[in-house]
Amino acid sequence: MSDSKQKPDSKLNSMSQEEYKSIAKKHEPPGSVMKNCLKAFLVGGLICLIGQGIQKFVMSVFDMSTKEASNPTVAVLILISVILTSFGVYDKIAQWAGAGTAVPVTGFANSMCSAALEHRAEGLVLGVGASMFKLAGSVIVFGTVAAFFVGVIYAIFGIEGGH
Amino acid sequence: MKVTGQTWKYENKPVILGASSIVGPEEGEGPLAQDFDYIYDNIEINEKTWEKGERRLLEDAAQTALENAGISEEQLQFYIGGDLMNQIISSSFAARKMGVPYIGVFGACSTSMESLAIASLMVDTGAAQYAMAGTASHNCTAEKQFRYPTEYGSQKPPYAQYTITGAGCSVVGTQGTGPEITYATIGKVTDFGIKDPFNMGAAMAPAAASTISAHFKDTGRSPGYYDLIVTGDLASVGLPIAKELLNKEGVPMEDTNFMDCGLMIYDRDKQKYVLAGGSGCGCSAVVTYGHILKRMRSGDLKKVLVVATGALLSPLSYQQGESIPCIAHAVALEMGG
Repeated sequence: MSDSKQKPDSKLNSMSQEEYKSIAKKHEPPGSVMKNCLKAFLVGGLICLIGQGIQKFVMSVFDMSTKEASNPTVAVLILISVILTSFGVYDKIAQWAGAGTAVPVTGFANSMCSAALEHRAEGLVLGVGASMFKLAGSVIVFGTVAAFFVGVIYAIFGIEGGH
Repeated sequence: MKVTGQTWKYENKPVILGASSIVGPEEGEGPLAQDFDYIYDNIEINEKTWEKGERRLLEDAAQTALENAGISEEQLQFYIGGDLMNQIISSSFAARKMGVPYIGVFGACSTSMESLAIASLMVDTGAAQYAMAGTASHNCTAEKQFRYPTEYGSQKPPYAQYTITGAGCSVVGTQGTGPEITYATIGKVTDFGIKDPFNMGAAMAPAAASTISAHFKDTGRSPGYYDLIVTGDLASVGLPIAKELLNKEGVPMEDTNFMDCGLMIYDRDKQKYVLAGGSGCGCSAVVTYGHILKRMRSGDLKKVLVVATGALLSPLSYQQGESIPCIAHAVALEMGG
């Protein structure tokens, strides 16, 4: 077997990471932040509008107060999100809507439902049970941590709870 | 076999006796649909789990490749394969069914040409008379392992790529009719600090450029020698970067037709969900073993260089903030006579 020595370093070998990144950046398709924000605003707003509609409906039909109606409203939104996720529609809407479908409670429901569906193949305990909070887990952890600190601030400044 | 630099010259010219390409429904809607051996009409590939689906694609592809090569299972001596799954389960489980001596390899999406280069080396050096190379990928297994659950609603950037669902195998033999395998250039791992796992094209482009330029240096050939040079899955972002890098290297790629399998497999105007284009182990495998070999057999193409590109990351490595090391392996296919 023969072996020829490497010729002097090519330009590629001597190129710095920064130099390369500037070349790569040039070819990256421009993402439009404004357009994404607008879509997220519209879809997020639409989901809230639907929620408002459901709440009004629950209040008038079941004769509930605003506060009483909020739990069934959230439950209906979650149900809709889970149904859309199970039919493989939610992720397609999300690709268009971005944060608009991720931020509302429907996004939280989607993260749990999608993980549960995906890991069903690994069984109920090790799959669904263990993986359901794979994505939603960090929302709960940091939500709880944030709530703790807000609670501490309330306690220090002696602000009465709103409830 | 002769070694020059990082290139093997197969002096006995092993031949691809037969090959196969089995794909999922989305690839079946693409422009290369008529070149594939079989198109499944459901993304589940008639199986209960995504992983079983991917394995079935590979098992089908192996069976079809043997049929197309006209040899029996008993005649096949070795199978060299790999895939994207942890511990390359699709390939190893498919090998369990085949029951032939098996060498598992991993080169991420470069596995197609990595396995073909090794199979050819074995046949060329007399270590085997018949060897099969194969690989597979499935959109949903890759999403599940590397990204999020398939139904999770996350917005992907426009430069993200779409892992193809498909498997391709080829049977390499000492003699027969079919495209000859003349050279293979084994790539070096390159890393230019790209950390975004959605930006695979940009991460892999330098690996492709490095292997292509090494191939020409080692063989003394120039791009004009080939009718077609295809990269594996650089897609719409990576291919222009590779072109620019090769241009800077002084490699005249304008003398040839320089394309990418990830751009060929889908119609990006109609199939908007693929974003920048296709990717995955199966991408270069089904385009090469389906489309390109058919064009070579029909006389449309005579000399082709396939440069399969792979991103050697794991979900752990990018979560720990590591950049993405990449590799590319090139195999030269030529119609004899």
